[in-house]
Amino acid sequence: MIKDIAEQLRSRFSEMGLDIPLEDIESRLEELINKFRVPVDEAKRSVVSQYLKESNIPRSEFYGEDASLVKVGDISSEGRWISLKAKVVQLWSSESDSIAQAGLIGDETGAIKFVNWAKSARPLVEEGKSYVFKNVVTDSWQGRFQVNFNKNTDIQEIEEDIEVGSSAEEVAGAIVDIQSGSGLIKRCESCNRVLIKGSCGEHGKVEGKYDLRVKAVIDDGKIVRDAILNREITEKSTGITLDMAREMAEEALDPSKVIDAITEQLMGRYFNVKGPRIGRYILVEEMEKVHPVSDEEIQGTIATAEGL
Amino acid sequence: MMLEREVAKRVFAQEYNASNLTFKESDDQYSPLYLLTSTGAKCNRVFITGTLTEKEDIGATAEHWRARIADPTGVFTIYAGQYQPEAAQMLSAIEPPQFVAVVGKTNTYDTGEGIITSIRPESIQMIDVETRDRWILETAKHTLERIAALGSDNADAIKAREHYSPDLERYKQMVLQALKSIGKRQISEKKTEEGKAEKVEFEVMDLSKS
Repeated sequence: MIKDIAEQLRSRFSEMGLDIPLEDIESRLEELINKFRVPVDEAKRSVVSQYLKESNIPRSEFYGEDASLVKVGDISSEGRWISLKAKVVQLWSSESDSIAQAGLIGDETGAIKFVNWAKSARPLVEEGKSYVFKNVVTDSWQGRFQVNFNKNTDIQEIEEDIEVGSSAEEVAGAIVDIQSGSGLIKRCESCNRVLIKGSCGEHGKVEGKYDLRVKAVIDDGKIVRDAILNREITEKSTGITLDMAREMAEEALDPSKVIDAITEQLMGRYFNVKGPRIGRYILVEEMEKVHPVSDEEIQGTIATAEGL
Repeated sequence: MMLEREVAKRVFAQEYNASNLTFKESDDQYSPLYLLTSTGAKCNRVFITGTLTEKEDIGATAEHWRARIADPTGVFTIYAGQYQPEAAQMLSAIEPPQFVAVVGKTNTYDTGEGIITSIRPESIQMIDVETRDRWILETAKHTLERIAALGSDNADAIKAREHYSPDLERYKQMVLQALKSIGKRQISEKKTEEGKAEKVEFEVMDLSKS
C-alpha cells in the first residue's frame, strides 16, 4: 500500500517538474506510518508538505483545484478546506498581535467569524466589500464555527454585492451590561479599524476619526444577547450625540466619562431591540424603550394567576 | 467550549430568600454555582429592581457595603466589597430611598442553622418607577410560568418539587400581591393629581382583589 501511495505522489511531483526518487518518498512514508503510527492520510499530507516546502511550491499548485465553494450556512464541521463567496459584514478590533484581522463575513445563508492570522500575511479586507475567499479552513472556537485564513488563502474582490442573509431577531429585555469597547472610539480613516491607544493595527499611528458605539448585553430572563449599537442607534437611545460625547471626553480629559453617561441611560432599563442576528450578536437596527406597564397588562396577568 | 453567559433570572425577594438548594452541574472548578428556588428558577445571575431602603458600610478596613432592596414581596440583601468595585462605588453615592436595578450573582451563606441568601452585585443603577413596574410585571409572569411548569418533567421542576414541596397557593398569592401593588400605586398617584374621577378606577382595581 505504501508503495502505491509513493508511486502516486512521485508521478504528481514529476508532473510539476519535481524529480523525486520513489525510494525516498517510500521511506519517508514508511517511517511515518509504521514507525510513528501516523494515519495514512496525515502521513501523505506531511510528506507532500515537506517536499513542497523544500522546493518552495505553494500548496495550491500541488493540489491543483481550489477547495470547493460552499455556503456559510452549510459549514458544519471543523478542519475542512473550503471556499466562500461572501461579504465582509463587520471588522472587529483585533485582540492580539497574532491576528491581523477578524470579523464577520456572510452570504445569503448567514454569517460567520473569520480570522486572518498575522503570520499568514494575507491581504486585508474592507468592511462592506464582497470577495471570493479561496482555500480557507473551518475551525471552531468557543463552541462556534469560524473560518481561518492561511498562506494558501486567495482573496479576490468581486463586483457583486452579496446580500447577507440572517434571521432578524427581536428581543424585549433589560440591559444588564455595557461592555468595554463601548462609548467614544476612534477608527482608522483607511480601514475603519478601531484604534488602540491611537494606533491602527495595520496603519500604525494615525489621526483617526471619532465614532460612537455600544456593546450592550440584553437579557429577557430567558435568553441573553449581545446587542451592537452603531452611532445612529446609540445617539437615539441615549440622547448623547457624537459631538456631545466628544465635548464630554475633552472636558473631563477622560473618554470613560462617555461610557458612564451611556451606562446611566441604558443600564437596568427595558428596551425592545430588533436587527439581524449573527451568532449571539444582534446588529441593532431599531431600538425603543419598552412602554410603561398598562392596566390591561396587570389585569391580564392577575387573571392568569387566578386561573392557575 | 466557552461558558455561555448566564441569563439573569427574575425572582421576587420572598421566593429568593426562601431558597436553600445550591448545586453545580459538573465537577469543573469553573462550573457555575446555581441556587434553585422553590418554583424551580435555576439562578446563577439575577436581575432585580426595588427600593434601596438602607445601606451600611460594614467593612473593617476597606469599604464593604451591605444594602437592603425592597420589592413588593420582601427584601433582598446585597453585599459589595473590593471585588465589586463599580457596585460599591455606586452604593456609596446613592442615598436611600431610591429605585434601583441590580444585576448580580447569587450568594449563599450557611450559618449552621440555615442558609442565608444574598446577592453580589455586578452593577447597580438608579432607575425610574416605570422600570421597576415593568420588572414586577415581568417577574410575576416568569414566576407564574414556573408555577405552571412545576408539575412537568423538567429537571429543575422535579428538583424543586422534591426539595421544597412548595406551597403553590402561597407563591400565587405572592405574585398577586406584587401585581396589585403596581395598580395601587398608579391609582394613588393619579388621585393626588386629578381628584374625583379616579375613585371609579380605584373601585375597578379593588374588584380585582377579590
